[in-house]
Amino acid sequence: MSIFAYAPAPESRAVVDIASSYGLFIDGEFRPAAEDKVFPTHSPATEEQLSEVAHAGAADVDAAVRAARAAFGPWSALPGSERATYLFRIARILQERSRELAVLESLDNGKPIRESRDVDLPLAAAHFFYYAGWADKLAHAGFGPDPRPLGVAGQVIPWNFPLLMLAWKVAPALATGNTVVLKPAETTPLSALFFADVCRQAQLPPGVVNILTGDGSTGAELVAHPGIDKVAFTGSTEVGRSIARTVAGTRKRLTLELGGKAANIVFDDAPIDQAVEGIVNGIFFNQGHVCCAGSRLLVQESVREELLEALKRRMETLRVGDPLDKNTDIGAINSAEQLARIQELAAAGEAEGAERWSPAGCELPGQGYWFAPTLFTGVAQSHRIAREEIFGPVLSVLTFRTPEEAVAKANNTAYGLSAGIWTEKGSRILWMADKLRAGVVWANTFNKFDPSSPFGGYKESGFGREGGRHGLEAYLDV
Amino acid sequence: MPPTAPPAALADVTASDAALRRYLHGLPGVDAVGLDARAAVLGTRSIKTTAKAEAIDLAISMIDLTTLEGADTPGKVRSLCAKGVRPDPGDPGVPHVAAICVYPDMAAIAKDALAGSPVRVASVATAFPAGRAARPVKLADTRDAVAAGADEVDMVIDRGAFLSGRYLQVFEEIAAVREAAGPAHLKVILENGELSTYDNIRRASWLAMLAGADFIKTSTGKVSVNATLPNTLLMLEAVRDFRAATGRQVGVKPAGGIRTTKDAIKYLVLVNETAGADWLSPDWFRLGASSLLNDLLMQRQKLATGRYSGPDYVTVD
Amino acid sequence: MSEKSGARLSVFKTYKLFVGGKFPRSESGRVYQVTDSQGGWLANAPLSSRKDARDAVVAARKAFPGWSGATAYNRGQVLYRVAEMLTGRREQFADEVAAAEGLDREAALAAVDTAIGRWVWYAGWSDKIAQVAGGANPVAGPFFNLSVPEPTGVVAVLAPQDSSLLGLVSVLAPVVVSGNTAVVVTSERAPLPALSLAEVLATSDVPGGVVNILSGRTAELGAPLAAHQDVNAIDLTGAAGDAALATELETAAAGNLKRVRRPAAAEDWSADPGTGRLLSFVETKTVWHPIGI
Repeated sequence: MSIFAYAPAPESRAVVDIASSYGLFIDGEFRPAAEDKVFPTHSPATEEQLSEVAHAGAADVDAAVRAARAAFGPWSALPGSERATYLFRIARILQERSRELAVLESLDNGKPIRESRDVDLPLAAAHFFYYAGWADKLAHAGFGPDPRPLGVAGQVIPWNFPLLMLAWKVAPALATGNTVVLKPAETTPLSALFFADVCRQAQLPPGVVNILTGDGSTGAELVAHPGIDKVAFTGSTEVGRSIARTVAGTRKRLTLELGGKAANIVFDDAPIDQAVEGIVNGIFFNQGHVCCAGSRLLVQESVREELLEALKRRMETLRVGDPLDKNTDIGAINSAEQLARIQELAAAGEAEGAERWSPAGCELPGQGYWFAPTLFTGVAQSHRIAREEIFGPVLSVLTFRTPEEAVAKANNTAYGLSAGIWTEKGSRILWMADKLRAGVVWANTFNKFDPSSPFGGYKESGFGREGGRHGLEAYLDV
Repeated sequence: MPPTAPPAALADVTASDAALRRYLHGLPGVDAVGLDARAAVLGTRSIKTTAKAEAIDLAISMIDLTTLEGADTPGKVRSLCAKGVRPDPGDPGVPHVAAICVYPDMAAIAKDALAGSPVRVASVATAFPAGRAARPVKLADTRDAVAAGADEVDMVIDRGAFLSGRYLQVFEEIAAVREAAGPAHLKVILENGELSTYDNIRRASWLAMLAGADFIKTSTGKVSVNATLPNTLLMLEAVRDFRAATGRQVGVKPAGGIRTTKDAIKYLVLVNETAGADWLSPDWFRLGASSLLNDLLMQRQKLATGRYSGPDYVTVD
Repeated sequence: MSEKSGARLSVFKTYKLFVGGKFPRSESGRVYQVTDSQGGWLANAPLSSRKDARDAVVAARKAFPGWSGATAYNRGQVLYRVAEMLTGRREQFADEVAAAEGLDREAALAAVDTAIGRWVWYAGWSDKIAQVAGGANPVAGPFFNLSVPEPTGVVAVLAPQDSSLLGLVSVLAPVVVSGNTAVVVTSERAPLPALSLAEVLATSDVPGGVVNILSGRTAELGAPLAAHQDVNAIDLTGAAGDAALATELETAAAGNLKRVRRPAAAEDWSADPGTGRLLSFVETKTVWHPIGI
């Protein structure tokens, strides 16, 4: 234990007022589910019940889609500058209420307040700000002089960045003139419901944004509903596949942002201290609940020992615990189900012969769902932990000898969302970037996001891009 | 007495200018954006209540309380010494500072004023701050300071020689000052603001350590860029790696621009999470500062009483 | 403005220049009388000198590294903040525009609202210019090749004479959004809304020196700005009614090969501004980098 132990520094919960129950947000009003079904949402850090939310069924999906359809005509007919005004208002309100929403997000999701405060909320607001600017500039976006919206978008988002993924879906859809029915993840419904209140403060016309809470069955009803024109999904590759089957044969447009198994490739001339930070950020950011996480470390054999030593030393300083503590680096695993999956894959790693390591003395809280930051060495391409997305704080270390071998191993996956390259040599970065079959390539950095930068995958990581000028295309009839 | 020759394992890297250059340029590069980002994240650590109280006392004990002005007088130096020995006249529980840092001609005054106290005398030397003097002058300056009673010598490197690639010249000069300083602890000032790049700061850190520095210090406080969180973080990485490579531990001293308790605590967080707890003592980490002490005292009073203090409740020295 | 507000005698405002984030009087000490469209006296405005113009260029140059180096997102936020602050003073500006241009209140409010919208329009462009005007070039060889628009530098802007606020905003915002800094010469006859806009800019997180506003004789101030060696571009919109002056200034601007935006015969300031002005004050920079192991 350090002689300079940090005292607890919890962010105040008083900034957020969570009601004991929430309805569905349809046509500008909160209402109970038609069948009156509800389900609880918990803090994964304490297992405390935070609230009870409505469980939308088929009738609710239908009502929401009708509301969105009714709103579509007037909304899409507004001058772009007026849609922009609403979106700028939303951006500003998100900035104003960012601390409240950050605390809420950390409570419901389990992520550290440092990340919800410094990453999720600023990026969510920036995303609205960016797409607000496009709303009156669509003629300049390269999709023709007067690109038209698609209609009603059914959007299903994951639990890892609840509000940020909402922003990625809602902002471009609204900017281009679509209306939306959005379903947040079952385990993290609250920030979307607070977003409904943000829409009310912004005086967004009723029906433009509708929010349905529920589980996978609600999402399935939504994507299958004949009244929607567009499906946008972020989540697992398995669910993405079934959605692709559902929309097959319909006129619905589809974009999918799915899983990943990114390689983070470290050459012997890398800036080593920053590479270590990038590896840590790549896999332990947001407890590893990141589709583009750098979950496979590919390190050049000549620097393997040096790098692993530095990485382990750095991992020993990671602070795991209360998500609301301002000094926490790694928070809670989002759900018991996810924890079980991580545990199962980690056990498979050991069973298949990889060597497992976690920092000694990493104490996990007794309540809630937790998993210590974990490193596997001696991993082979054939191991499950090198192939399957773990979606947790587990890093698999492999080695390579030449750039060609690094590329071959990096691309040897069904996924293709992201990749990282660490070297001081510029021409090699560009050569590697050229060869890597991944939608985002980070060089000497990792897990960087910006509203102006397109994001999305190759292969089974999905299709379509979110963010940037490219992100408009998914919501335009082009 | 610390070694004046580089550790055996690294002896041949200083054999020639070319060898030294190859070695220093073979150190891993520094990605500036990544380094700045890491320092910024550590800067968000929230140190409160008991941890803050510990940090404040630790920071006070690490201060090299400094006056380096053309207008310095014996009176000014004596008054600073009194402050360093007993920072808060109303509270004997406040630790003394680590050292009083002065120009060489004031070293004897400080030595006298600090007699019988554990506070050390640090003197700048080697034609501080520019270092633009002939080597014999720099060595005489050093001997002078030590003869006057300096326990520690803060020397400046020849940045001109470093920037033009004459690394061996810089190395030999540090080694010569190391020898001239005799029993005194040697702090080597890199003047990061003039070195300009992080790669240079890493190389200069290693160069100074190879040449026998007991401490590496960020800056003189006399140029526009002095201690920053990223450049101090980088130097902490260097001392950490140097100990791993050679077994010899070297201290770090950021100086210039550290004025508030919040700043000082950020530096302690850097030490804690980069070099580690082994460096969390005045033996291995110092803060070169003047106005910082009063802010620490005001924050200390706030923690003790619950009331915000004001500048009228700490002494002006 | 109006001599009385209610029963009380109103306090008059002294209009000043805006240079380097401060509000100086003209160093010359000169003022000129500004009247409404009926010839009624409104205020004494500073009659800027050549020295004021030089000072403004120095301030603009000093502000350039910081403003052009700020992130596009930050510049967008700042311009949007201008729109917010202007909204809060909508009534005041409607009064000033009505008096300056002889518009009825409704038309003046419409002009102010359009000016607010213009700031918002350009705020949104900050992080999109590069995506529309830049991009990767597929050169025939193992090279990564990328073109990006960058700001030209210090831009002198002769604001339109006919539209005291909307016209001014329409020529100013596209200059600064991409990272240029500006020295603006207001409408000669109707400078007051522009001078009041300085108060909005000063409270909108616009760094000092990014926008500098001078009132006075367009011809007197245009000449030293057009000839100034440390000005990179000049917008001659305000010389639209004087072909001889425009030619003279364009000729002077050739001295250091300034980018010149010539005046158009008539511009409809309420129309969709497009990207023409925005792209007039950027340079395209192309970067080559080899690709190889």
